[in-house]
Amino acid sequence: MKINYIGTVIADNLSELMLPYFQDMVHAGFPSPASDFIESPIDLNEYLIKNNAATFLVRVSGKSMVGAGINDGATLIIDRSIKPSHNSIIVAAVDGEFVCRRLKTKPKLCLVAENKGYKPIYINSQINFEVTGLVTSVINQFT
Amino acid sequence: MSIALVDCDSFYASCERVFRPDLKNRPIVVLSNNDGCVIARSSEAKSMGVKMGVPWFKIKDSYIRKGGIVFSSNFAFYGDMSRRVMNILNSISPKTEVYSIDEAFLDFSGTEKNIGCFDFGLYLKNTVGRWTGIPVRIGIGPTKTLSKIASYQIKKRDIRSRVLVLDNQKDINEALKNTPIGEIWGVGRRLNRKLSMAGIRNALQLSYAPPQDIRKRFSIVLERTVRELNGEKCLDIEDVSPTKKQIVVSRSFAKKITNLEVLNTVINDYVVRAAEKLRSEKQKSSRISVFIRTSPFDANESYRAIKSYSFTCPTDDSRDFLYAVRKILPKIYRPNYRYSKAGIMLSSFSDIGYVQNSLFNERHAYKMDSKLMQVIDELNLNQKQIYIASQNIGRFKPIQRNMISPKYTTRWSDLPIVR
Repeated sequence: MKINYIGTVIADNLSELMLPYFQDMVHAGFPSPASDFIESPIDLNEYLIKNNAATFLVRVSGKSMVGAGINDGATLIIDRSIKPSHNSIIVAAVDGEFVCRRLKTKPKLCLVAENKGYKPIYINSQINFEVTGLVTSVINQFT
Repeated sequence: MSIALVDCDSFYASCERVFRPDLKNRPIVVLSNNDGCVIARSSEAKSMGVKMGVPWFKIKDSYIRKGGIVFSSNFAFYGDMSRRVMNILNSISPKTEVYSIDEAFLDFSGTEKNIGCFDFGLYLKNTVGRWTGIPVRIGIGPTKTLSKIASYQIKKRDIRSRVLVLDNQKDINEALKNTPIGEIWGVGRRLNRKLSMAGIRNALQLSYAPPQDIRKRFSIVLERTVRELNGEKCLDIEDVSPTKKQIVVSRSFAKKITNLEVLNTVINDYVVRAAEKLRSEKQKSSRISVFIRTSPFDANESYRAIKSYSFTCPTDDSRDFLYAVRKILPKIYRPNYRYSKAGIMLSSFSDIGYVQNSLFNERHAYKMDSKLMQVIDELNLNQKQIYIASQNIGRFKPIQRNMISPKYTTRWSDLPIVR
């Protein structure tokens, strides 16, 4: 056998490549009795959002919907994939501006506020109106 | 067998409209990084005669006077809207190839028997439109190349349903005849010129050319195009996106740079950004190239240079790439020039699991600390918190985006307002 000298290897250089099983500690004590019952923690996303691709968050400015429990500054979760019906709370674009109102389809198509100080918006051909999505939840933060 | 191409209409401009109902029917343009050129136009802006790629300063005054709306590019927002569109397509048709930020190929085979391609296309278009607010058009054909042609025809003929199925020879020929060579998928400007000189001006003429001749005179790629135009499927839907071969980060500067130190810090930013991307793709790179140039519009000075550095083994540690930039940038930098653009490219990729462990590594050059990089990436995920000292942190603002819209869907502070 012929051997060629190609250089010196310093042991320190090799230690940079750590083998993974050295990183795992060996637990010698009694295993936790809870380890069999571990569940993932509660996830708000899972609770509040059913259709991720169609869900958007918006912020409320004003008190038009306080009667429905939607405070000024609240965050609304809207799902664009659910078709609203009579009495749904929706976000709609009315004449180029987003509003949150309760939808009434009868006797006349209109959007009503949950606050006596706001007039209903009657939808007619003069108004540029488009439903953006259904409000599925509201997040009011108190602190 | 049918393939559908789902294509978002003027995607960036459409995104800007989703949370701005007041911009309905208004002309919208979106500008490139630095507010340099127009990179997206709504149909209203197109009919005003705004051309793709035109420098913003050239049209600014007349465009604004005519009531046009302009935005700096907001890629964080566009990226999120794209993710939503692609998720919907993926959930409806499991065999989906995301081709770009605003296009995807879908396998429609099987739908012919059930509800029919046109109705399924319509359903898909309506679903994406209602769920995201993004208008799409859907071209359907027997091959990828023909589905692209169908999509082009929807745009060209302004088909109201936004869905076109090319499933019989008569319709296919009609569409091919009305498609200029340059609009065929994969035919670039040079090929366009060569084909025109050979007397081939539209897709129908190209489809009549014998494939073998095309292969001999042009290329095997164009031969495949000819076969695809004739309904012969050569390109399959790749549901796993192929790993990238290179990552480029480059920008034009808002203000020209002459100083080497400033240039270095700006380029270091690009390196850090590119290395982040590299790690998110779980790749390592063993080659970095740096390029700098003066403005091509400046008649008084002209200098451009590019230089690469190769590592003996692939890395994904930002500091290794920064080390390379420190080595090569001074070699291409020439004083007294006013540089208008710089960029870096990472290439020669290999998978993260595979690290060639050479005994002869120049040890000082290789940091390769995956754990440290992972920690930095996690900390920087939502907001930049950790920088490498040589980066440019607000000292010099190379990018101008004065007209950027809020990050409606990715920042709590930027949520759309409802009243």
